[in-house]
Amino acid sequence: MGNRTLTRMDLAEAVFRTVGLSRNESAQLVESVLTHVSDALVRGESVKISSFGTFNVRNKAARIGRNPKTGEEVPISPRRVLTFRPSQLMKERVAEGNRRRG
Amino acid sequence: MIRSELVQKIADENPHLYQRDVERIVSAVFEEIIEALARGDRVELRGFGAFSVKKRDARIGRNPRTGESVQVEEKHVPFFKTGKLLRDRLNGKQGGQ
Repeated sequence: MGNRTLTRMDLAEAVFRTVGLSRNESAQLVESVLTHVSDALVRGESVKISSFGTFNVRNKAARIGRNPKTGEEVPISPRRVLTFRPSQLMKERVAEGNRRRG
Repeated sequence: MIRSELVQKIADENPHLYQRDVERIVSAVFEEIIEALARGDRVELRGFGAFSVKKRDARIGRNPRTGESVQVEEKHVPFFKTGKLLRDRLNGKQGGQ
């Protein structure tokens, strides 16, 4: 506890425990959730999951960057980046759960 | 897109499931992520991104209204890093799939 990395398999297991579906179908449903969220973001929509958080797509303008090793200037083209803003509830639960621990 | 629209899309693709069960499935996915982070675990979803917990050190804050110094305790906050595939897709590169 505290240093584990969960994967799709663990989310599928959580779905499997919740509803009486096969493990295989549970895994497919986890994939559907991720695919629909990704597709909406790629369309440029924000995705707001109540009591979890909001994913936003932000447009970044072009700028001149610098290779930190060589000091050389390199153009950075305009791009879209994804930001995640956790809900108040998620922030509280994560803060509470990790209080007074490593 | 909001939670109910996500549920609807998945319900439409799975006519053999009750809408109520689809709601429980979607909730289970997000709930599991929150529980993992609350335990201090991380959740890595290849292609999509990774959720982790970052520690913010204790610091001396300031009440912006009164200017008074206040001790802010160390705290842990959720953090999300976008996966490579999704980052590429956001920028019009097909990648993977």
